Amino acid sequence: MTITVADRVLRKEDDRFLRGQGEYVENIPLEGSLHVTFVRSLLAHARISVDASAAAALPGIQVLTAADLDCGLFGPPPLPGLNPAMGRPLIAGDVVRFVGEIVAIVLSETRASGVDAAELVFVDYDPLPPAVTPQQALTDEVLLFPEAGTNVATSGGSPEHDDALFEGCDAVISGSLVSQRMAPCPLEPRSAIAARGPDGRITAWLTTQTPHIDLLGIAGTLGLDPSQIRIISPDVGGGFGAKLLSVEEVLMVWLAGRLERAVRWTETRSESMVALHHGRAQHVEFKLGGTSDGKLLAYKLDVVQDGGAYPVLGSFLPNLTLLMSSGVYAIPRIEGAFRSVVTNTTPITSFRGAGRPEACQAIERAVDLFAAELGLDPIEVRRRNLIPNDVFPYTTASGATYDSGNYEGALDLALDAAGIDELRAEQARRRTDGSVKQLGIGVSVYIEITNPVAETEFGEVEIRADGTALVRTGSLSTGQGHETTFAQIVSARLGLPIESIEFLKGDTDGIAKGMGTYGSKSTQIGAAAAQLAADGVVERAKAMAAEYFGTAADEVELDADTWAELAARVDADGRLGELTVSHEFGAPPTFPFGCHVAVVEVDVETGKVELLRLIAVDDAGTIINHMVFEGQVHGGVATGVSQALYEQFIYDEDGMPMTTTFVNYAFPSAADLPLWETVEQETPTPANPLGAKGVGESGTMGSTPAVQSAVVDALAPYGVQHVELPVNGENVWRAIREAQVKT
Amino acid sequence: MIPAEFDYRRAGSVDEAVELLGSAEDAKLLAGGHSLIPLLRLRFARLSLLVDIGQLDELRYVRRDGDRIAIGALTRHADLAQDPVLLASCAPLADAAAHVGDPQVRHRGTIGGSVAHGDPVGDLGTILLTLDADLVVVGPDGQRLIPVGQFFTGMFQTALGPQEVLTEIRVPEIAAGTYLKFVRRAQDWATVGVAAARVDGRVQVGLTSMGATPLRAHGVEEAVAAGAAPAEAAARTAEGTEPPSDASASAEYRAHLAEVLVRRALAQV
Amino acid sequence: MTQVSIVVNGDRHEADVEPRQLLAYFLRDQLGLKGTNIGCDTSSCGACTVLVDGESVKSCTVLAVQADGHEVTTIEGLARDGELHPVQQAFHELHGLQCGYCTPGFVMASVSLLAENPNPTEEEIREGLEGNLCRCTGYHNIVKAVELAAARGGT
Repeated sequence: MTITVADRVLRKEDDRFLRGQGEYVENIPLEGSLHVTFVRSLLAHARISVDASAAAALPGIQVLTAADLDCGLFGPPPLPGLNPAMGRPLIAGDVVRFVGEIVAIVLSETRASGVDAAELVFVDYDPLPPAVTPQQALTDEVLLFPEAGTNVATSGGSPEHDDALFEGCDAVISGSLVSQRMAPCPLEPRSAIAARGPDGRITAWLTTQTPHIDLLGIAGTLGLDPSQIRIISPDVGGGFGAKLLSVEEVLMVWLAGRLERAVRWTETRSESMVALHHGRAQHVEFKLGGTSDGKLLAYKLDVVQDGGAYPVLGSFLPNLTLLMSSGVYAIPRIEGAFRSVVTNTTPITSFRGAGRPEACQAIERAVDLFAAELGLDPIEVRRRNLIPNDVFPYTTASGATYDSGNYEGALDLALDAAGIDELRAEQARRRTDGSVKQLGIGVSVYIEITNPVAETEFGEVEIRADGTALVRTGSLSTGQGHETTFAQIVSARLGLPIESIEFLKGDTDGIAKGMGTYGSKSTQIGAAAAQLAADGVVERAKAMAAEYFGTAADEVELDADTWAELAARVDADGRLGELTVSHEFGAPPTFPFGCHVAVVEVDVETGKVELLRLIAVDDAGTIINHMVFEGQVHGGVATGVSQALYEQFIYDEDGMPMTTTFVNYAFPSAADLPLWETVEQETPTPANPLGAKGVGESGTMGSTPAVQSAVVDALAPYGVQHVELPVNGENVWRAIREAQVKT
Repeated sequence: MIPAEFDYRRAGSVDEAVELLGSAEDAKLLAGGHSLIPLLRLRFARLSLLVDIGQLDELRYVRRDGDRIAIGALTRHADLAQDPVLLASCAPLADAAAHVGDPQVRHRGTIGGSVAHGDPVGDLGTILLTLDADLVVVGPDGQRLIPVGQFFTGMFQTALGPQEVLTEIRVPEIAAGTYLKFVRRAQDWATVGVAAARVDGRVQVGLTSMGATPLRAHGVEEAVAAGAAPAEAAARTAEGTEPPSDASASAEYRAHLAEVLVRRALAQV
Repeated sequence: MTQVSIVVNGDRHEADVEPRQLLAYFLRDQLGLKGTNIGCDTSSCGACTVLVDGESVKSCTVLAVQADGHEVTTIEGLARDGELHPVQQAFHELHGLQCGYCTPGFVMASVSLLAENPNPTEEEIREGLEGNLCRCTGYHNIVKAVELAAARGGT
């Protein structure tokens, strides 16, 4: 039962999760399935040979290696824009290119015996020198793919730019921003189950954000007819951009096709930390110039994207970084270029924000340095350069056409909520007192792009024989509450209560088509499509009601009772199918924006940073469910703050991952974070009938630069101008020391 | 992950545990399991026989015994954290126990298990070292007392024989003491920890995560005994230490933190 | 194999278990109680939190044999006659869950926390939940839910 509290509709899906009845893939029972254990490379770069004889001799154990594969590379390549020589084998053949790459597959009757047997698969490594950092990779001294002749997977932008860009600037600053590698860490590690049915079709249950896209990728790689595969994505325990198709899912379907029995796999966390693709790992060098009264004139960025060992989506994200490089500022001249390089590390993919946090982090760092160079207040410099409210649609010098905005409104709301004057006064007091705990304030005005590649999503509304409704869409929830928010939208159009509207979970048989959930687009195109489909159903229903009940179409009142009656009547005539309408809705990207303010306390002796407050104004247009909206902001901000303060995935100089568990990968708990102070602002977009943009990733945008900025602000009296991410104790301590050495 | 196989026996008494430890190669004790089971899950440790002493309730106590406080080895961190005797007379130990891991860990983990594990980043070992505690151990040759200064012999190595069971820990009553623990995140092991206490009138200082075992900061203690102020004494913190460099912190940063924390701790005793 | 007798959610279960079998897997695989989730392998995330004799423990760090003779409560055993426990209800009302994977662990840890500290401050709640990790919620609503449950008497 749903309870409506003001306009905060509580979630329909909560009940099963609260009672421990979540339908996560690992929980799906499938009698007699074989367990799959992947044997993974222990070295970052080596020639290998695999001896599985000891393992295969164990009772009930089978071992498969690359020699058993009868299909080609993952993808399949060529993936548009990526160096075609950089395709990924499903199982490593003679070379491994990152710690965690699959070298063999163990099949067993029990999970435990699979782990036991995997230890007896002996891999002989003939080490090759690794290229661990992008800087090493760029030298091309060690080529991951000799046939490629380079380590550059893809590149773009305008590499030929010179400093003529900065003509007329009174001041030009340069700096860098390293957006450190992060592991996505959804709490649910990946699972997959696959089984071939008696009709030969393979059904795979996957913890995926993109069932339809996965189906095509799997079919393509294995050379199968897509109609012979069904992908089901039931409850997914968090995706964050990383639960997209990778080799494991393809292998599971391949195994199901080969074997008489079903197969199941669940990764361990240590496995996930190296096998589930990572995020961020982008290095930006920038130059920003303007007039002496703080007007920005020119901005140049050079981006090096770490692609990891096998380039996937992450290698393309710098396109979005460059596209969004202008941020909320009216900068007349912008030039940018990027190169994505392969390294002997876990591949990089999208991770909550996917290329846009990097853009925010870079421009905000640059604006702070620019303000400091001129001795101007960084908040005032921002205000002076904000794109004004009356120019939309507005095309930036980096090529993005913003739909709607009110950046100054967001800034003012945030400063007001933060109590900026009191904060500055407290900061001044502590500076005078020479307090060990200094206060820092950081302000970031951000913008981001959602539905970035202007996609089209599918929405369908079906009225069932009992008068209730079913909603289908290509989008699915990995925690965002689609079962409730989509039901809200369709309920408002149909006049049916939310309880009577069911939302179908990801299933390529049950849902004709779809793009999946990423890019914060579910509401703006998925729910918009569902709304249009609902409107189509209403139109038909009114006409049919007129026909069956004799009322005028425009006088028909649709509610639970009329729906039930109508559905029964038309079903009796075999016409229920007319009350199913689908719609495909495509729209251009939208641009949510906001302002995040961070207040930090820095212990200048130890370097330890405590985040005291984070004020977040997030404007993503029309809000469908305020409670769900806030929850998305909370989660995004927590991730952005964590990038600023805690998390970093580290490799040593041999390419060995150092942070493969939650003990050494600094994923924070509730004890490490404060309450979030959220403020709403709604500036609708003309892009879709809902007026909604996507808020799912907004929280990650301004929070990271705001915290970094706040720490630099706290340390200004010490001459510190920059602190590397994450701004943890050691990086702060080093920054203070270096600044003191200079003075 | 799944541990490798092992046999399991439950000991009905300390003597039986000693016997069982001698009955197999690679036999180990199980108390709360929160040091051992994580190692087994990652297969960093393997054993042939697990001897479970977790139900030996006679080893759970905190009581005054003359001028010492006697703590049963199976006393859980959660119980140490709230024990009135400790809070009154050995507060740093209660405080450190209150910050081991998280509440779930503290419901299971024991002081004996923690200490016998010999983890250089364990807080309790440092406190015991600072307090010159004594460890009561029972083995095939009967009971003996090991002064804590001889107990920690290397990383994850202690003076316990393969068939010995730690049964009791004896600490002095102290009037003043503190444990300062620097962590990146609340549930983390100490990046660096500093214990300081007045034991029989003398200021003693212990360090966590500054070497392969918990260490006493002898240089600092000497300086304090000679009348140095906290900052001056703290400057000698690094003497005799070899802090590690790892994903949490560099050796240099650890050395710096230790000095700062020593200075702050000394100001409190 | 070792014989164990464990009361789970009020029902006694006699079973043969391998000594190496973790309580979490015993609950999931042998008893079919899939609500207890396994999110890590270093006892860090707390998704596997259950109550043993009323106190929160990480069932991934307890062997099934250690639970012999004890009482275990899992998320499935919390609701009474189908009615959500006040902690579950508070999580629902204040949107303390998104994907739900960490939720059983948080709920059980919160129940234990409130049993030991019925009126915790915000700081005490945060510290009391430091053994549970969540990637979706940013913890804000979880903390608020525990405050609400506490205000309503928690049990």
